Amino acid sequence: MTVSRRTVLAGSVAGAAALGVGALALDAGEAAIPGTLGGADFARGHRLRGGNFPAPTETQRTDIAIVGGGVAGLSAAWALANAGVTDFRLLELEDHSGGNARSGRNAVSAYPLGAHYLPIPNPEAKGILRLLEQLGILTGWQGGKPVFDPYAIVADPDERLLYLGKWRDGLVPDVGLTPQDRHDVTAFFAAMEVFRTRRDSAGRPAFAIPMALSARDPDLLALDKLSFTQWLDARGWHSPVLRGHVRYACRDDYGTEPDQVSAWAGVHYFAGRRGTAANADRDAVLTWPEGNGYLVGRMGARLKAHLDCGRIVHRVAPANSGVVIDSLDVARGIGVRLEAKAAILAMPHFVARHVVPEGTLEDGHFDYAPWIVANVTVDRPPAGEGTALAWDNVAWNSHSLGYVVATHQSLASVPGASVLTWYLPLSDMPPAEARRLMLDRSLEEWQHMVRDDLLGMNPDLAGAIRRIDVWRWGHAMIRPGPNFFWSGARERAGAPQPPLYFAHSDLSGLSLFEEAHYRGTVAAQAAMAQFGISYADALT
Amino acid sequence: MADDAQTSADLKEKRLGLALLASAFVVATCGLIYELLAGTLASYLLGDSVTQFSIVIGTYLFAMGVGSWCSRYVTTAEIAVFVRVEVLIAAIGGGSAAVLFLLFDRVSDFRLPLYGLVLMIGALVGLEIPLLMRILKDRLEFGDLVSKVLTFDYVGALAASLLFPLLLVPHLGMIRTGFLFGLANVGVAIALIVMLGRDLRLRVELWVGIGVAVALAAGFVAAERLQRAAEVGVYGEPVIYAASTPYQRIVLTKQGDDLRLYLNGNLQFSSRDEYRYHEALVHPLMSRVAHPRDVLVLGGGDGLAVREILKYPEVRSVTLVDLDPAMTALFSRSALLTPLNHGSLLSPKVRVLNADAFLWLRANRRQFDAVLVDFPDPTNFAIGKLYTVSFYRELVRALAPGAMISVQSTSPLVAPRAYWTVATTLEAAGLTTRGYHVYVPSFGEWGFVLATNGAVPRPGPLPHGLRFLTPQTDALAFAFPPDMARRPVPVNRLDNQALVREFEAEWAVYEG
Repeated sequence: MTVSRRTVLAGSVAGAAALGVGALALDAGEAAIPGTLGGADFARGHRLRGGNFPAPTETQRTDIAIVGGGVAGLSAAWALANAGVTDFRLLELEDHSGGNARSGRNAVSAYPLGAHYLPIPNPEAKGILRLLEQLGILTGWQGGKPVFDPYAIVADPDERLLYLGKWRDGLVPDVGLTPQDRHDVTAFFAAMEVFRTRRDSAGRPAFAIPMALSARDPDLLALDKLSFTQWLDARGWHSPVLRGHVRYACRDDYGTEPDQVSAWAGVHYFAGRRGTAANADRDAVLTWPEGNGYLVGRMGARLKAHLDCGRIVHRVAPANSGVVIDSLDVARGIGVRLEAKAAILAMPHFVARHVVPEGTLEDGHFDYAPWIVANVTVDRPPAGEGTALAWDNVAWNSHSLGYVVATHQSLASVPGASVLTWYLPLSDMPPAEARRLMLDRSLEEWQHMVRDDLLGMNPDLAGAIRRIDVWRWGHAMIRPGPNFFWSGARERAGAPQPPLYFAHSDLSGLSLFEEAHYRGTVAAQAAMAQFGISYADALT
Repeated sequence: MADDAQTSADLKEKRLGLALLASAFVVATCGLIYELLAGTLASYLLGDSVTQFSIVIGTYLFAMGVGSWCSRYVTTAEIAVFVRVEVLIAAIGGGSAAVLFLLFDRVSDFRLPLYGLVLMIGALVGLEIPLLMRILKDRLEFGDLVSKVLTFDYVGALAASLLFPLLLVPHLGMIRTGFLFGLANVGVAIALIVMLGRDLRLRVELWVGIGVAVALAAGFVAAERLQRAAEVGVYGEPVIYAASTPYQRIVLTKQGDDLRLYLNGNLQFSSRDEYRYHEALVHPLMSRVAHPRDVLVLGGGDGLAVREILKYPEVRSVTLVDLDPAMTALFSRSALLTPLNHGSLLSPKVRVLNADAFLWLRANRRQFDAVLVDFPDPTNFAIGKLYTVSFYRELVRALAPGAMISVQSTSPLVAPRAYWTVATTLEAAGLTTRGYHVYVPSFGEWGFVLATNGAVPRPGPLPHGLRFLTPQTDALAFAFPPDMARRPVPVNRLDNQALVREFEAEWAVYEG
């Protein structure tokens, strides 16, 4: 551990302490902030651990069962529907499909509860490009580059950083840098650019999205043996500015501190994006008020007839020539057995491992990062000295990742009330401990923390906060630690075991829409291949 | 003991006498201030300062005469009546400027409340001096009385006439000046009541006086919102109207016959030369469209462009989309502003829609023969969206065959890159463009872009009676000297806001 890293941590602890004091001081005689405390249904999730489910009293039949209605499950279903398959069911634990991409809505705006954007896809992400084409978000091609719906491309200004008392363009500080900062930042981004453009002898990108299409050059895979911090240390890049930015990046995409992130994942964050568009700049993203909720909403609408929500699947077992899937229908309170020819398990690895027969899936060190996402409804848009309000607003000194503005894509020429989606990965303690904390804290405590952090960034919002809705993700995303990617366990966990197929972004180690979509599509295509169903390969 | 009491009563009498004389000074000052406020407001709002001042002063003096004459009917309790008059003047005179400002855009004939107030204040002020003299007549010799009271009266008038233009209007603004002097008026009343103490039963007057004082003080504080004091200094000219709507701050200023509109501090027009701007915005477009029947105006809530459009008899409908209902209402109703736009917004051909242009356009399915885009300059990202290729693509859908667009596009001299970004962006939406520019003294060299599907046609005949545009000036406008010549610039998109950035950089250099 380096001095700079400790400085960053000490800063965040002091900041958190100061926020705590502030919250206490303000507590006296203060009216409660309206809001709700929501989250992935803990009771249903924990019920799985307890077992004791009613025996099935009803039996249903289908050709292909998909278990899990997140992006992977919806993508698997999408692939089946594209191939003309009609006899399939999709079982979802929660009352709504969409997984991490779910969204909420109030009188002011729709807003994300989790994932809030999709980067312009890489050229190798053929599946996503096709999906976007089908959804009318990719509207055509020009000079070999895709053209996207201009209203979905994140509007300018897209990012700003509160640094040294002022909002500034972009997320990497470029004022007040020491020569060492400047050197390290420049050297780091130059190195990332080399990784970004590098290809192996077969023409595969060094860091692809989907990651399965990445080069397998030994020196690249060797990155996985180190943490990102170790890798930076080895290069001698200790600049606190660089390290601060890297920490932000690791927490942003992985919910994890850089000393616990595989260097392969760390580099992937900075070197994996090569998407281009005829009508957008490099590094552009697609976004909607409800974030990726827009995408899963559109997908779910098409697949509606196949969806069974509120079903706790507690047992998936191969039987005879097929598979039986036992679930509790929460609404009816009865056990339902679904007999299928094949099952696509599109659920997180730790859940999948629990429902399949013991020994089917190894542990494989799948860890998950807990996150808090708060949606803050405000009467007026945030302001601040310096760069105007952006889509993504980050404060260098905050422990949070800042906030995204749900109404950013609005075409209204006078901005008014908005919803700010505030993100906090609980990365500075062991995940299990963080999950306990998550369950212990009251809505009010979370609200005060969110409010104080937000007012620290934007004192101009004083008196403008209408409500704060807090969402808890106990297992928000896979934590891609060292040795996770290329030590074998991850690949083994994803290998199909007909009639069982596995589909989840966990199997990529990167909690990205593209990865979930890829895994879902791969599994659906493998299942279709098993039954000789013809389909147009969506991935090549 | 009796002697002591006598001395004490004498002392009290003397003090009261002095106080009454001092109040003569204060009421004289206040009286003149109200008169000046009314005169100034009348000349700001109705124009022609000689006429307005002359009529206000005449009316005021006449009303004072009426007041003086009425004073004969006050036969008892002069001090009590005097105190009541003071409180009344404080309330009416003190609030007069605020009331007149508030009524300005709400009444059809502004002269009614104006002269009504002038008559009321004048009559009350007319009562003051005769009453004061009668109160003092037992305390002073007649010659002494007249000389002293009139001296204080005239010195007060001098003070008012010097303070008003030099200190009060520039620093406090008219509304707060009114409130301040109302406070002085009611202060005199309260002081007298307190001094008279239990001699007179004036408890009701005291409480009413305190109530009026509180209201005036509150008004003085709230006036900050009504008309930011700073604004008085920000604009080069006297502010005659200011309102904050949910969308913008609308300010009208007037100096002489020059009426100016500012939105969020940016000049929108000066009545002296707006004909140059609006003729240039409208006629190069309208004269090139073969049959301009249905016309769309985006922005332009002042109705000045519509005034020009209605000069074409072939026009059967004008759809004006402006965000701010306060703006279109002001320019539909105000007797000060409708002469400027010839009441264009009230024409039966004109339909005013208060909507956000981009959102309205996306939902719109109608087609138009001519579209005038008259948005504010792209000073921020929200307005910048209205100049993007996405916006123009939506606009193209609204074009009938042969239709044309003209877009106000900032100054090609100050901000040539920004100017040519507008043209380049229109072209990226598939349109053919031709830029042109004219000189508008209050703006400087100003640019517009004509855009259409296909080639830009030659101009047809112009309406009669134009003051600026002729076939010759039209032809000249399309020539660009090297300092404004076309240069390669990026397309303005929602995701790059190239225009706002160019505009900001270029105007920053210009403004130093």
